[in-house]
Amino acid sequence: MCDCGNNKNQDILVPHVGIITDITQETPDVKTFRVNAPGGGKLFEHMPGQCAMVCVPGVGEGMFSITSSPTNKEYMEFSIKRCGLLTEYLHGLSVGDEITVRGPYGNHFPVETELKGKNLLFIAGGIGLAPLRSVINYCIDNRQDYGTIDILYGSRSADDLVKLKEIKEKWMNTEGVNVYLTIDREQEGWDGHVGFVPAYLKEIDFSTDKIGLICGPPIMIKFVLQGMKELGFTDDQVYTTLELRMKCGVGKCGRCNIGSKYVCKDGPVFRFDQIEEMPDEY
Amino acid sequence: MYSIAKENLNSLYAAIAGSYDLFMPIKTAGQTNYGFWKEGAEGDIDTLKTIRSGKDAFFPQVEQLYTVNREIVPADVAAGDDAEKAADTPVRTKLKVTPGKLVDQDFVIFGMRACDVRAIEVMDNVFLTDPVDSYYKSRREHGIVVALACHEPEESCFCTVFGVDPADPSKAKADVATWMIDGKLYWKALTEKGEALTAKVADLFEQEDADAKVEEEKSYIEGIAKQLPNAELSLEGWGAGKTDEKFKSEVWDKVYKGCLGCGTCTFVCPTCQCYDIKDYTTKDGIQRYRCWDSCMYSDFTLMAGGQNRQTQLQRFRQRFMHKLVYYPTNNDGMFMCVGCGRCVEKCPQSLNIVKVIKAFAENK
Amino acid sequence: MQELINRLKELIADGTVVRAIGWKKGDMPYNPEPAYFEKPEDFDNFVYDGFCGANLSKMMIEAAKLEGKTAVCLKPCDTYSFNQLIREHRVNRENTYIIGVGCRGKLDIEKARKEGIKGIKSIAGVDIEGDGDVTFDTIYGEKKMAYKDLMLDRCHVCKGKDHVIFDEVIGESKDTADADRFEEVIKIEKMTPEERFAFFKSELSKCIRCNACRNVCPACSCRKCVFDNTKFDSQQKANVDSFEEKMFHIIRAFHVAGRCTDCGECSRVCPEGIPLHLFNRKFIKDIDTFYGEFQAGKDPEAQSPLTDFTFDDLEPKDAVGRGDK
Repeated sequence: MCDCGNNKNQDILVPHVGIITDITQETPDVKTFRVNAPGGGKLFEHMPGQCAMVCVPGVGEGMFSITSSPTNKEYMEFSIKRCGLLTEYLHGLSVGDEITVRGPYGNHFPVETELKGKNLLFIAGGIGLAPLRSVINYCIDNRQDYGTIDILYGSRSADDLVKLKEIKEKWMNTEGVNVYLTIDREQEGWDGHVGFVPAYLKEIDFSTDKIGLICGPPIMIKFVLQGMKELGFTDDQVYTTLELRMKCGVGKCGRCNIGSKYVCKDGPVFRFDQIEEMPDEY
Repeated sequence: MYSIAKENLNSLYAAIAGSYDLFMPIKTAGQTNYGFWKEGAEGDIDTLKTIRSGKDAFFPQVEQLYTVNREIVPADVAAGDDAEKAADTPVRTKLKVTPGKLVDQDFVIFGMRACDVRAIEVMDNVFLTDPVDSYYKSRREHGIVVALACHEPEESCFCTVFGVDPADPSKAKADVATWMIDGKLYWKALTEKGEALTAKVADLFEQEDADAKVEEEKSYIEGIAKQLPNAELSLEGWGAGKTDEKFKSEVWDKVYKGCLGCGTCTFVCPTCQCYDIKDYTTKDGIQRYRCWDSCMYSDFTLMAGGQNRQTQLQRFRQRFMHKLVYYPTNNDGMFMCVGCGRCVEKCPQSLNIVKVIKAFAENK
Repeated sequence: MQELINRLKELIADGTVVRAIGWKKGDMPYNPEPAYFEKPEDFDNFVYDGFCGANLSKMMIEAAKLEGKTAVCLKPCDTYSFNQLIREHRVNRENTYIIGVGCRGKLDIEKARKEGIKGIKSIAGVDIEGDGDVTFDTIYGEKKMAYKDLMLDRCHVCKGKDHVIFDEVIGESKDTADADRFEEVIKIEKMTPEERFAFFKSELSKCIRCNACRNVCPACSCRKCVFDNTKFDSQQKANVDSFEEKMFHIIRAFHVAGRCTDCGECSRVCPEGIPLHLFNRKFIKDIDTFYGEFQAGKDPEAQSPLTDFTFDDLEPKDAVGRGDK
C-alpha cells in the first residue's frame, strides 16, 4: 500500500494498511478485532508475546499485544479494552473499515528456548489474558513440545472473562491442559470458583516444577508474584510483560525506558530477576 | 592546504549553495542558529555556539513520517461480494499510506564545532542501530560535514572532559576540517565526500603551506581549553553500569528543585533525541510527523492508568541518568554529553549538567 | 547581603519560618540558581547579587503548600507578581514570610556576550551595595562594562523600587529607570502592518517551543495548560508550520492579558532572545488606554479591567478598526 514513486521507503515507522475482517464482542468493554491485509492474508508474521502499533489516523496510535498465535496462518487478532480516546474510536469501527498496523515490536516469550519441554503455569487477570493467549495457543498447537499446561484466569465477573468460548471449547478439551477460572464476587449463574486470583493461587498450591507466566493489572502481578515466591518459585522461573507509554515502538524515542532498558525493544517480556535489577521506577 | 580570506567567504557560500543545500550558522534578528543559506543571509562563523545545535541537520525538529489519505466508500463497494456484512453500516473507511520523502540530494553542513560533530556520533548509535531509522540515515548519507575549530572557547565549554578536541576537527568524524586563523579560513578535506566538495569550490581557494600556522593555532586553542573552569571536571562514578549507585541517591533531591520542567535544555542540547509522534489533520490528508519532545515535560510518560514519572525529581533524574549512565550502559561507556555548554548558558533557572556532576562529587 | 543572610538564619532559628527561598551560588559567576535553604550550613552557598534576576514568587505556589512557613526574597518587581498570585488564590499568603530585598537593577550576561566578552573566570562589581563598573576577568584579558549597559532591558523601565507587599525590607535600592516603558511598543505601532508582520515573523521564527517563557511566568500557573492538552490541536509540541509558531505566543499573550505584571522574566529566559515582553506590554498599553491606567499586582484587592464589567466599558467598534493600530 505504499506509493512512493522513486523514493522507496518502508521505514519501520511507516505502517501497513490493514482491514478489519471480524469483530467479536468478548465482554462489555472488550472487543477482539481480526485484521488482514486488504488483498487477503496476514500483514506480517510474529512470535508469541510481540506487539504491534495499531493506529486510527487522526485519532491516535497505541501498542497492543497480538493475541492470536503465529500458528494461526489466516489472520491476526487484537483484543482491545475500551478505556481511552483511541480504543473508544476503535470500538466504533465496523468490519470492512481500514486501520494501520506496524510491527511486530518487542521481544517475545522464549517459546523456542527456555520454555520448550517445560511445564507451564499461566496466570492472567482480566484483559491480561490477551498476550498470554498467543503463547497458550502456540503451545497447544505445538502440544508435543511442552509439558503440562496450567491456566489460572480470573476476572471481575463472569461477563468480564475474555475468550470464554475458546477456553471452554478448545483449552479445557486439550490433553494435559488444566484450566482454573475464578471471578471476584459471587454472581448468579456462576457455579465456578469465587475469589481473587492471588488467593486462588494459594488454594490450588501449584508445585514448583513449572515456569510461570503472569499478565494482568500491576496490583495483581504484585500479589501473585508474592504468592508464587511463598510457594517456592524463584525469580528466574517467572515471566511477565510490562507496559509503558510508547510512541515509536523501536527503542528510539526515549519514552519507555526503565533504567537502561527500553520496554518496547528489550521487552515487553521480562523475567523477574531482570526486573529486580532495574531501578525502582515502575 | 587551501585557504580563503574572510571577506570572500560569501562567495564560498554562494558557490557551495550553487551545487548543494548549505546548512550553516546564520544570524537572524540578533541570534545565530543553523539555517539554509540564501543570497543575502548573514552567515556567521564567528559566534562560537549556535543556540540550536547542529543536530537539526540530521534530526530536524519536525519530520514528516507519512501521510494517510482517508476515503469513505459505500459499504457494498468495500465489502465486495459480502452484501450481508455491508448491511450493518452504510459506509467504510479506506486508507492509503504515503511514506514521507527521504532526503536524496547531498547537502553541506558548514561550520560545525567539534562538540556538535561528536554529538552526531552519539546520535548515530541510536538511529543507525537496528532497526535503522531511514529518515536519519538518508540525511546522514547525504550530509557533508565541514567542521570548524574553536578559536576562542567559552567558559561554559567543557568538551575536553569527554575526549573531544576543539582544536583539531580532523580528529572528529567530519568530511572537511577548517580553521579560522588571522582573518583566513584554512580548509583540509578529510574524506572522499570532502574531496568531492573541495573540487567543486577549489577555484575560490588559494594554496599555501599552512601546516605550521595550523599547528600553532591548535596549540593556542589547547592552551585555552586547559584554562577553562570546567576542564578538570571529573566523571568518576558515572558511566556504564552505575544505575544502582546513582538512582537511589539523595543528591537528586538537592539539585532538582529549581527545575521548571520547561524543555529548554533538551531543545538546545545536541544529543537529546527523544521524540513524539503526532497527527496533524489537514484537508489533504492526515500528516503523521515526529517532533522533538522532552523527558522533562510532565506528560512525557503519561498513561491512562497513571504515569510512572509523576514528580519533577523523577523526570530530572531520568534526563541526567540517560546522559551519564543509561546511554553509556548501552553503548560501551560512551557518554551522551559532549560538553558543549549550551545547557549551562540557557537554562532559565541556571541548572545544568555540570552542577549535577559537581553536586554528586561533593556528596560522596 | 550579609544582613540578609543573617536575618534569614535568624528567622529559621527562632521558628518563624522553616525554610527560605533565595539564590544559591552558581558554578559560573553569573548563574546563581533559585534554591531552598533550611540548615545554617546551606547558607554558605547563599548569594544575592546583580545576577539574581529570577522571580521567586512562582516558587511559592508549591512552597506555600509545605508544612510550616517559608521565607522568600522578593525584589520590588517580584512583589507585583506575588500580589497577583494572591489575587488568583494561587498562593497561601499565611504561609509566606516576604523579605523585600533591595535592588539596583539586575544584569544580563547576554549583553556581555554581545560585546564579545567570553572565557569569563570571575566578575567583580556586581554586589548589591556596589557602585561603578563591572569588571570581567577572562582568559582573554580583563574587560570592563558599565553596570547600566549590562542591565536587563526590563530594569531600564523599572516600575519603581517600592515593594508593594512585604513583611520586612532589607537592603537599599537605587532607581534604574531611564527609558519610557512603552517606547518600543509605540515604535512597533508606528510600523505598517507589513513591516510589523515581517518583524514578528523574523523574531518568532527563532522560537524553538521550549516553553521556558510559559514555565517561568507567574501568570501561567494553570494546572493543565491548554498547550499540554491532547484534546485540542493546540498541543503541537513543535511548529508544524509558520502559523503554529505564532499561535503559541499570541494565545499565551491573550491568556495572561490583564494579569501580566510586566516582570520581564519571559524575555530574560528566552534562549533565543525573542522580545516577548513586547506582546504583553502592548496589551498593557491598550488596557491603560481603554480602561484607565491599571497595574496588575499593585493592589491584591483590585479588579482587573478585563474581568470587571461596567456600563462605561469601551465598545469593540470604538477600540480598533480592522488592520488599525
